[in-house]
Amino acid sequence: MRRLPLVPIALLLLVLIIPAFFAQWIAPHDPYISNLRARLQPPVGFGGTWEYPLGTDRLGRCMFSRILHGAKYALGISMVGIAIGAILGTALGLISGYLRGWVDVVIMRLVDITFALPSILLALALAAISGPSLGLVVLVVVFVIWGFFARQVRAEALSLRERDFVARARVAGASGPRIVLRYILPNIMNTIIVLATLQIGVVIILEATLSFLGIGIPRPAPAWGLLVADGRQLIVSNWWISLFPGLAILLTVLSVNLIGDWLRDWLDPKLRQA
Amino acid sequence: MLTFLLKRTLYALISLLVITLIVFSLSHLSGNPLDALLPDDATPAQIEQVTRHLGLDRPIWVQYLTFLQNAAVGDFGDSLKWKGQTAAEVVWQRLPATLQLGGLALLISIVVALPLGVMAAVYKNTALDAVATVIALLGQSLPAFWLGLVLMWIFAVILGWFPTSGYGGLSHMILPAIAMAWFQVAALTRLTRSAMLEVLDAEYIKLARVKGVRERSVIWKHAFRNAAIVPVTYFGVLAGSLLTGSVVIETVFNWPGTGWLAITAIQGRDFPVVQTVVLFFALLFLLANLIVDILYALIDPRIRNT
Repeated sequence: MRRLPLVPIALLLLVLIIPAFFAQWIAPHDPYISNLRARLQPPVGFGGTWEYPLGTDRLGRCMFSRILHGAKYALGISMVGIAIGAILGTALGLISGYLRGWVDVVIMRLVDITFALPSILLALALAAISGPSLGLVVLVVVFVIWGFFARQVRAEALSLRERDFVARARVAGASGPRIVLRYILPNIMNTIIVLATLQIGVVIILEATLSFLGIGIPRPAPAWGLLVADGRQLIVSNWWISLFPGLAILLTVLSVNLIGDWLRDWLDPKLRQA
Repeated sequence: MLTFLLKRTLYALISLLVITLIVFSLSHLSGNPLDALLPDDATPAQIEQVTRHLGLDRPIWVQYLTFLQNAAVGDFGDSLKWKGQTAAEVVWQRLPATLQLGGLALLISIVVALPLGVMAAVYKNTALDAVATVIALLGQSLPAFWLGLVLMWIFAVILGWFPTSGYGGLSHMILPAIAMAWFQVAALTRLTRSAMLEVLDAEYIKLARVKGVRERSVIWKHAFRNAAIVPVTYFGVLAGSLLTGSVVIETVFNWPGTGWLAITAIQGRDFPVVQTVVLFFALLFLLANLIVDILYALIDPRIRNT
């Protein structure tokens, strides 16, 4: 086993996980309350004070507190979206790989179609109808990732079902669902865990992008993508509003990707090719 | 070859049908489509007129067939925000701007990524390889919209080398094109590098070297030609990413193309225009993938039989 990736793990705790759970105790200010007398304060080191370490936005809201609270959205959406996507994709992948035949053909064609439709199109169409919402973001996330799970799980189920221990279970009279759940699924768990970890970065960027475009998480939530959008018009004079939330996204995704690579090499090296 | 072509075209058509079905059901099943089409203070007479005009009083499958029929000739109704123009006209006018920017981004991706990937494989485990690895890792982790803003801040605001945003000539296009290309450069470099590494290990490369073929010729003529199949298959994905990129980057830089149009139309609740952009992008994307499939089969005859 290779050495634990300590720096990425520490970064991830610091930027994402601790803020997501403890923001309300760590944050120096309420992320929603504006202070009109402290509008557009620069961060410490650029003429600002420790009162607002990362400065304030146009309404005088504390950027540091908003970024801390924003971690909840990044973590929450990626956990919920990946959990649903992984369960759906794994279930369909198992059915596809175990039953084969026309069921397999239909499910795999569905995977092809979802891969063929850029996620942003779905998000645009949905947002045009119903406006931005949390549910919409989760739906788009599930749509984007379920296929990866279905395809990989199917491939492994196809090869596992030909193995001796599955044949013996069948001879011993085990039912189809029992074989899939007791004999095939446990052998695929590592793959699922690695795939899920590798998807976190993708999902966090997707969520931030949708929010930035105004078709993701609705205002006034301090989601990171929305914070960057808040500073877009002010980049000429007040650069910190966009800079720091984006840095939070970058550090989070970078550390998640490094941890994912490490986990893959440790648990499931054959995925390296995928 | 002909059956392969027909099969691929059929798949593309099925995908397109599914997409039209999604767009259609989105506009008709989630609540009353009139809410999306009419202002909140519409009079009963207006509602009545629009209902009849759209055929909302007819059975749902008839509506879908009508929708398909209209979509086939590019008729998606009138734009609600840009008065006096059809949705198709509005989208069509914005297309050149998107193609200019997307084309430049595509050019940058290829010109940077292919040589970088090849060199990283040839000089494996050197400083150059390390640079390529860092670029690939950063490309996966940088959100494009934020990269665009940071580039704008550094090179337009602080250094003043380029205009901050808006439509214009090459100087307006450089920053957005780089922001759009960054992720592609990362993905394409990684792909090219691993494909080259695999090929450089092959027997025929060793043979060429033993024969005394010049190293440059071994790399570009023998190895790269065989490795190039992997980047070619990626161009289908590339087309999709560039479409997505155009929505994001055009919004960041106020570049008035189709992507910017889609976001502006959503803000203005102009559903016909959003619908047109979505279907138009889907069509472009499927077409790009079809072309890639055909190219792939032309380059590698083994594919045709699978």
